[in-house]
Amino acid sequence: MVKNFMVGVFSDEQKLLKTVCALRGVGFQIHDVFTPYVVHGLDDAMGLRRSRLGVVTFLAGLTGLALAMALQFWTAVFDWRINVGGKPDNSTLAFLPVAFEITVLIGGLATALAFFLRSQLFPGSKLRIFNRHITDHLFAVVLEIRDASINPDKARKIFWDMGVLEVREESVNT
Amino acid sequence: MIHPPLIDGRPTVQQVTKDICRPLHARPGLAWIAAFLCALTALLMGVGLVTYEIRTGIGTWGLNKTIGWAFDITNFVFWVGIGHAGTLISAILLLFRQKWRTSINRAAEAMTIFAVLCAAVFPVIHMGRPWLAFWVFPYPNTRGPLWVNFRSPLLWDVFAISTYFTISLVFWYIGMIPDLATFRDRAEKKWQKVVYGFLSVGWNGSNRTWSRYETLCLILAGLATPLVVSVHTIVSMDFATSVIPGWHTTIFPPYFVVGAVFSGFAMVTTLLIVTRKVMNLENYITMRHLEAVAKVILTTGSIVGLAYLTELFTSWYSGSSYEQFAFKNRIIGPYGWTYVIMVTCNVITPQFLWVKKIRTNIVTLFIISIIVNIGMWFERFVIIMTSLHRDYLPSSWAMYRPTFVEVGTLIGTFGLFFTCFLIFARVLPVIAMWEVKPLAAELISPHRESSHG
Repeated sequence: MVKNFMVGVFSDEQKLLKTVCALRGVGFQIHDVFTPYVVHGLDDAMGLRRSRLGVVTFLAGLTGLALAMALQFWTAVFDWRINVGGKPDNSTLAFLPVAFEITVLIGGLATALAFFLRSQLFPGSKLRIFNRHITDHLFAVVLEIRDASINPDKARKIFWDMGVLEVREESVNT
Repeated sequence: MIHPPLIDGRPTVQQVTKDICRPLHARPGLAWIAAFLCALTALLMGVGLVTYEIRTGIGTWGLNKTIGWAFDITNFVFWVGIGHAGTLISAILLLFRQKWRTSINRAAEAMTIFAVLCAAVFPVIHMGRPWLAFWVFPYPNTRGPLWVNFRSPLLWDVFAISTYFTISLVFWYIGMIPDLATFRDRAEKKWQKVVYGFLSVGWNGSNRTWSRYETLCLILAGLATPLVVSVHTIVSMDFATSVIPGWHTTIFPPYFVVGAVFSGFAMVTTLLIVTRKVMNLENYITMRHLEAVAKVILTTGSIVGLAYLTELFTSWYSGSSYEQFAFKNRIIGPYGWTYVIMVTCNVITPQFLWVKKIRTNIVTLFIISIIVNIGMWFERFVIIMTSLHRDYLPSSWAMYRPTFVEVGTLIGTFGLFFTCFLIFARVLPVIAMWEVKPLAAELISPHRESSHG
């Protein structure tokens, strides 16, 4: 399938923000915006939802906690009981430090993994790099031209009105 | 109150990229090569001595029946403590939205990773049979299965240190991905394109990813914050849960955590002062950063001093003659000179930082940071040695002095630490570009909405 994109390149984040608002204001769908650093207010301008990564952390952390407590309880009470200094077999309080560490470990690793999967980031990822200077100092707004109902000339006019550096159309085979 | 800008020279965003990416295209300077050779020599000597120790046995150390661990555990606690400053800067200061962390967090996190590596050397070689080190992990085995003792703080340490190392490494790497992409896009040599292409995992600056990325960083910071407190708390419990006078106190966890932050910030200061000079980063790691770090040293140093006093008071107030003897012996016993060094370096020296002229002077700040590093090493030595060498039974009293193998191994870990750090400074982005760029953009066009730090 061939996808058609229109890429507007900016050097100023204020112009970028205004362009995103203007494009969305007249009903264009923003495919994505590319920036060298976090631009304050861009999430709202693009209408992005808050990430739900926290849910992953919570569930994975809870799993880690349960696993760690279960392993310690099972080894110390059922599988091979050892009397250490007369302490009870089920020394729940003494099991907490290890349980805490495992909670943090599993929670952190799972969240990181979820981030990479969701963002399609991995070695050899085929994510498109629209401009080599995005990781330096330039910004890019990318629109997907899906069908005839989207008028490219209207978008191009908005780009130029907002002080774009360059506008080009790209066809990408996916 | 208007704060002065955090970075000097009003660099443009492009200039930031250019300055931080300089090592990509430039050959290493003479200072770097000289430092690297010194570090590598120390590392190789350490490797040689550790090999000798493993082939011969723990008898090459100066330990005896009374003093079962001394230099190795001192060095372990010292290095783990150093690491704490990195996590504090990258995680806790992120949660508190302290913008001054942005120029120094990357280097501080690198310091954490390398310090924990150095720390891990000591418990492993002290096992005597390091090839059986995996026995510390709970896995089904043919010895029963005999499980590890989950009630022991030494085992908690295994989990605390390995979790701490893993999470710090993940946090460090994830924080570097956008900057690795910058390196990828500016790479000229073939190997650079391959390596940075691999490490930057296809990062393209998408704001959908940025949005998620910020959430991820906040979550990891939120996890790392209690983690870092737990690590040194558990390290302190190696001692506090025993029945040795001088160790058996409830003040140990907070006292160790603050001491760790104190020593870590001293090491950050030492490293940053050298790094900014050698890598020409004076515009990014400025006096304001160093002054903020100095204030943390002053605060934590004062708390450490308070902890020393509290320990003395508690031993007197406890009415326990063993406790009282332990502290009397600590101050006027045969190792009293180490106590004097400890108090001079850790309590008295940082007080000079109240004077603005001293804490904003590179030379004095550097000297104070070195003194604090030395003092904090001695603090661990004092706590461990003076409590052990004279216990309940006078017949078992003994003295300890390290052999050349032990001293050489400590120097070797310094070699490991600086070798790693120097390589890091050459091949990875030393400063978080994506975090400094908004500050630079703000300086160029000050009317824009302030961005987050």
